[in-house]
Amino acid sequence: MKPISIFKSLAFAALVCTILSCKKNNNEFTGSGKVNLEFDNMVGNQKLELDTGAYTNANGDDFKITTFKYRICNLTFNKADGSKTLIPESYLLIDAADEQTTLQTLDNVPAGDYVSMDFVIGVDSLRNFAGAQIGALDPAKGMYWSWNTGYIFVMLEGSSSKSTAKDNMLMFHVGGAKAPNNTVRKITLPLPAGGLRVRSNAKPEIHLKVDAAAMFKGTSIINFATLNGFHGGVNAPIIANNYAMGMFSVDHIHN
Amino acid sequence: MLIGLLTIGLIANTGCKKNDSKLLQTPITFVAPSNFPTPIYQFTDNAVSQAGFDLGHRLFYENALSIDNSTNCGSCHQQFAAFANLDHKVSHGVNNCFGTRNAPTLFNLVWQPNFMWDGGVHHIELSALNALTNPCEMANSLDNIVKTLNKKTPYPTLFKNAFGSTEINSQRIFKALTQFTGMMVSANSAYDKYIRKEKGGEFTNDELAGYNLFKQKCNSCHTEPLFTDNTFRSNGLDLIPKDAGRETITLAVADFGTFRVPSLRNIALSSPYMHNGQFATLVDVLKHYNSGVQNHANLDAKLKENGVLGIPLSVIEQQQIISFLNTLTDNEFIHDPKFAELPQL
Repeated sequence: MKPISIFKSLAFAALVCTILSCKKNNNEFTGSGKVNLEFDNMVGNQKLELDTGAYTNANGDDFKITTFKYRICNLTFNKADGSKTLIPESYLLIDAADEQTTLQTLDNVPAGDYVSMDFVIGVDSLRNFAGAQIGALDPAKGMYWSWNTGYIFVMLEGSSSKSTAKDNMLMFHVGGAKAPNNTVRKITLPLPAGGLRVRSNAKPEIHLKVDAAAMFKGTSIINFATLNGFHGGVNAPIIANNYAMGMFSVDHIHN
Repeated sequence: MLIGLLTIGLIANTGCKKNDSKLLQTPITFVAPSNFPTPIYQFTDNAVSQAGFDLGHRLFYENALSIDNSTNCGSCHQQFAAFANLDHKVSHGVNNCFGTRNAPTLFNLVWQPNFMWDGGVHHIELSALNALTNPCEMANSLDNIVKTLNKKTPYPTLFKNAFGSTEINSQRIFKALTQFTGMMVSANSAYDKYIRKEKGGEFTNDELAGYNLFKQKCNSCHTEPLFTDNTFRSNGLDLIPKDAGRETITLAVADFGTFRVPSLRNIALSSPYMHNGQFATLVDVLKHYNSGVQNHANLDAKLKENGVLGIPLSVIEQQQIISFLNTLTDNEFIHDPKFAELPQL
């Protein structure tokens, strides 16, 4: 009897293995899970310290930061086979001064293994020109221009001894979704080896590094003596091109 | 005679639970006048109900929307002035602060692609935001307005009636205001009745002569039936404009000193005129077009045709045009109790 029993057990185990491996091979996970996004605000390799941190930009100009806020939207997770999953209504507003906003949760992400993610820095054109909104897009939350309707995508304020503006101010309000000064930028971030594993019974966490100094280098090195602020307009795409190059990176993932 | 009805009314919150507020959510049908084009704003996601309209009406005249409880939308948008601000060149906001531009008329807004003299606001639902938050107008913040209304009876109930729950947020405030302002349609002037061949649409000889002149001299910018082509132009008020106008929004040098072409409907009621309110009477305005136009760099091409500045008009022609402009007054609209000022709660 015993041999049969062992045989049965082995057969069962083999069957289970087959099912599991089959599932795994085809990425056919069912259900959906939550994904945490943690935004670690940095300046270069240093942790961003609002008001007190002293930094130097790529041009060698000293600066301090008093405000650092940004919007991202249309988060999309991509599988190795190239398929893309857009998370509906994923509009996030992160404010370095409000710790609660630096940890965001995406609900109902379809279970699966993902190798990269896309998102828009800013607000997509459709919503930028829509009517009254709620949630992160509620104008009550700020980061919004009422006189020239539209969302401010990235806001960095502070000071630099090199700035020729009043009180040595830096005031970069990047936004605008209309040509020729469109600042909507879509980026793709590769995920570290192992990727992102979303399951219905787990809550993986993606740690993103957000480097404020990347606004001032990349495609154009910014000299604060000549460019120290704007509310959208012709200079906004210069900063948008910079931050699309390297402001966001995925540091690590806790699956 | 209003044919070609455009029905946009639907129950606002179909997802809401069964409650008494359903009764108050009686849909209101938006009717586009038969001599008007299809509206731009279709009340999509904001179907008009009686409760939503009433809430918007109440909010429009609510002093609590201003930081010091002194001012409401109707303070600068008066029904008897076709919702412009009679006798005020520029808006007079809280703390005796004066704005920089003349409060525009409010009507036929659902046909307007953008708002303000410079067109900086691109959606009717957001058109109230400037006035609510500008330090020289109502000087409030959306957060504070939401807090104030939450504490003020009977607003939570009015929001429940309109939207299915007592939650108050900026979106609901804007949508309710839009249900009210979007329904402000002015299309029953003598001119409209003339066009629709209705009773009351008989023109005098002067009015008819004025209309014919208007069609030759004015209609290219103040295009019928809305009496604006919704463009931004300079009509040569100054050699060097003091206000950059549309350029503030587009940053295009060609837009420096250009402003929205305003509708001429109800123009006899909405003095003073121009973005800065510099003309007190229509006689002054016609005089300007005849002989006062300044040749600034962005002066509209229509105002310098064949090397002639302005629109040459004899005094009689000017009077005839003014006679015609008077036929654009819509007395039904400015006396419509649906839009009338409400006492403070």
